Amino acid sequence: MEFKVPTMAELMAAGEEPEILFWVGCAGSYDERAQKITRDICKILHHVGIKYAVLGTEESCTGDPAKRAGNEFLFQMQAMTNIEVLNAYNIKKIVTGCPHCFNTIKNEYPGLGGTYEVIHHTQLIQDLISEGKLKAEGGESFKGKKITYHDPCYLGRANGIYEAPRKALEVLDAQLVEMKRCKSNGLCCGAGGAQMFKEPEKGNKDINVERVDEALQTNPQVIAAGCPFCMTMLSDGIKLKDKEQEVKVLDIAEITARANGL
Amino acid sequence: MVAQILFLVLTLAAIALFTVNLRKIIRNIRLGKAVNRNDQPAKRLITMLRVAFGQSKMVVRPIPAFLHFFVYIGFVIINIEVLEIMIDGIFGTHRIFNGLGGLYNFLIASFEILAFTVWVSCAIFLIRRNILKLKRFSGVEMKSWPKSDANYILITEILLMTAFLLMNAADAKLQSIGAGHYVQAGAFPVSQYLINLLPSTESALVIIERSCWWFHIIGILAFLNYLPYSKHFHIIFAFPNTYFSNLEPKGEFTNMASVTNEVKAMLDPSFVPAESEPGKFGAKDVTDLTWVNLMNAYTCTECGRCTSVCPANITGKLLSPRKIMMDTRDRITEVGQNIDKHGAEHQDGKSLLDDYISREEIWACTSCNACTEACPVNIDPLQIIVELRRFAVMEESQAPASINAMMGNIENNQAPWKYSPADRFNWAEGS
Ligand code: SF4
Ligand code: SF4
Repeated sequence: MEFKVPTMAELMAAGEEPEILFWVGCAGSYDERAQKITRDICKILHHVGIKYAVLGTEESCTGDPAKRAGNEFLFQMQAMTNIEVLNAYNIKKIVTGCPHCFNTIKNEYPGLGGTYEVIHHTQLIQDLISEGKLKAEGGESFKGKKITYHDPCYLGRANGIYEAPRKALEVLDAQLVEMKRCKSNGLCCGAGGAQMFKEPEKGNKDINVERVDEALQTNPQVIAAGCPFCMTMLSDGIKLKDKEQEVKVLDIAEITARANGL
Repeated sequence: MVAQILFLVLTLAAIALFTVNLRKIIRNIRLGKAVNRNDQPAKRLITMLRVAFGQSKMVVRPIPAFLHFFVYIGFVIINIEVLEIMIDGIFGTHRIFNGLGGLYNFLIASFEILAFTVWVSCAIFLIRRNILKLKRFSGVEMKSWPKSDANYILITEILLMTAFLLMNAADAKLQSIGAGHYVQAGAFPVSQYLINLLPSTESALVIIERSCWWFHIIGILAFLNYLPYSKHFHIIFAFPNTYFSNLEPKGEFTNMASVTNEVKAMLDPSFVPAESEPGKFGAKDVTDLTWVNLMNAYTCTECGRCTSVCPANITGKLLSPRKIMMDTRDRITEVGQNIDKHGAEHQDGKSLLDDYISREEIWACTSCNACTEACPVNIDPLQIIVELRRFAVMEESQAPASINAMMGNIENNQAPWKYSPADRFNWAEGS
C-alpha cells in the first residue's frame, strides 16, 4: 500500500484520537481473499480523508463463531478482553468489514460493558456517497453491467440492513438484478453459525452451491457480497461451476474502490 | 325443558374440560426457566396487533394468506353467532336477537357469506394438502397424527359450516310456511339455494333444523376441546405468543449471566460474583428452556414455513425447524403427563436432546434466522437449537472435532484459524 495504515497505539502515542476505528476481523486479517477487501476499505477511508485507525496485532477474534457454536465461555472471554482494549482507547465509533463482527460488537458487547456506535462498511460507503465524498468515477466503469447482490444473513435478517449495500451499487449505474430469494427472504451462503469451520452435515447439496445456482440464474457479470465468509462460500461455488472467467465475486468495498480508481 | 338442561350440562362440561386442559398446558409452560418479556408493553401490543390480529407475516404467500384470512375472520365473527346460540339454548328461545331488525338480517347475511367463504377455503386447503401434495406439508415430522390433525380440523370446519347453512335453509323454509316458533328473521343469501333440496313437511324441516343446530353447537364445543391436543391451538396462543415475542435484533444472542460471573472472576481474581444458582449451561431437556420457548412450542401451527426456507433443510439435511418445535411440544407434554401420573419428582430418563432431537440436526444450523423471519406467529426455533448446542459444548464437551479445533484456535491464537497473533497485521504490507 502506498500509504501507512495507522494503528491505535501509534495515534495514542502521538496524543491523537481517530474519528473511527476500523475493526478488521479474523477473516479480513488472515484470509488472503478477504485481505484484499480489508485493504480496499483502508483505501476508501484514506481517499476520503477520514481519520481512522486499526488495532493491528491488538485485535482479537470477537468470539462470534464460538458463541454460535454454543461456547459462551470462550465468547465472553474474547468479548471482555476486546472490550477492555476498546475502552482503554476510548473508542466511540467502529466500522467493521464483516457482518459477524458487526452484529456481535453492536448487539452483544453492550450487555458486557462495551457500548459503541457500530456500522458496517457498506453503511459507511452509503453515507460517503450521499455526502458526495465518494462517487463512481475515475476508475473502472460498471455502467450497464449485470450485478446481483447476495444479502449476508447477519447484515440483513439479523440487523435489518438491506438498503445500504444496494445504494452503494446504484451509484454505479449498473444493471441490478435481484435473485429469487433476496432481502429478508435471502438464502444463507452456508457459512454462518460456525458452519464455516466444519464439514456440512450430510444432505444432497451444499448450501453455497444452491446459492450460487440461484445467483447464476440471473446471468450476472458480478455477484456482489458484503461479508468475507459469503465471499469464500460464493467464490468456492463459482469455482465449482467453472464460471470464474464469466462471473466475478466482489465485495461492495472492492467494487467501490475500483469504480473510484483507488 | 329437557333440551335446555341438556344444553346447559353439555356446555358447562365442555368449558370445564377445556379449562382443565388449558391449565395443564399453562402449568407445563411454567416448567420453563424465567425470562423477562414484560418490557416495552407498547411495542409488544403493536407487534401482537400487527402479526396476530393483522396477520402481517402471512402476506408473504398471498394465496394461502387470502384463504386463511377468510377462515380467520369467519372464525372471529361467527363467535357472535355462538352468543345467540348460547342464549337460545339456555332459555329455549329462537333467534333471540331478531329484535335488532335490519341489523339482524345484515348480520345473518354476512355470517352466511362468511360461512360459505370458510367452506370454500377449507376445501381448497384440503385439496392443497392431499391432492396437490405441497412439499411444505410433507417431511419426516408430518406423518401420522400431525398429518391427520390438519385434515380433521378442515373437515370439521366444513361440516360445521354445512350444518350452519342447512340449518338456516330449513329455518327459512319453516318461516315461509308460517310454522309457529319460527319467527320471521334473518336474510339468507347463501342458504336460499339449499331450500329446494329440503323436504316440505313441517315436521321433517323441524328435525333438520334442530339436528343441524345441535350438531353445530356440539361441534363447536368438541372443537374447543380438541384444540389443546392440536396444532390448532394457535388460534388462541398466537396472541400471547406474538405479544411475548423477541423484540431484539434477530442476530443478538443472549449473554448468559451465569457465564459472565465466572468469566469476570477468571479475568479479575478480586471480583466477587453476586449469589446465583449454579444450574446447568444450555438445555438438555425442555425444562432447561425458557417458558417462551415452551409457549412457542404450543403455538406452532406446523405450517412448515420455517422448514421451507431453512437452508439446511432445502439442501437435504436432517434439520427441520418445524420438527424442533414439534419435538419440544411432544416432550413437554410427556413431561407434564409424567408429573400428572407419578408426581413432580419423577424422572423418566429421557431428554429433548438425543431422544427427540439428534446432534446431527442441531449442528446443521447456520443460525441464519430464515426460520424466525418466516414464522407467521414469531416463533424462534433457533434459540432452542442454540441452547442445545450450549449444553453439548459447555456441559459435555461434545462438539464436532473441527468445531473443537476452531475453538482451540480462538483460545490460543485469538482467531479461529491456526495463525500466529503476531501475523495479524501482515495484511497492511501486501497490496
Ligand atoms: S436459523 Fe437454522 S434452523 Fe433456522 S432457517 Fe437458518 S439454518 Fe434453518
Ligand atoms: S415454527 Fe412457525 S413457521 Fe415453523 S411450522 Fe411452526 S408456526 Fe409454522
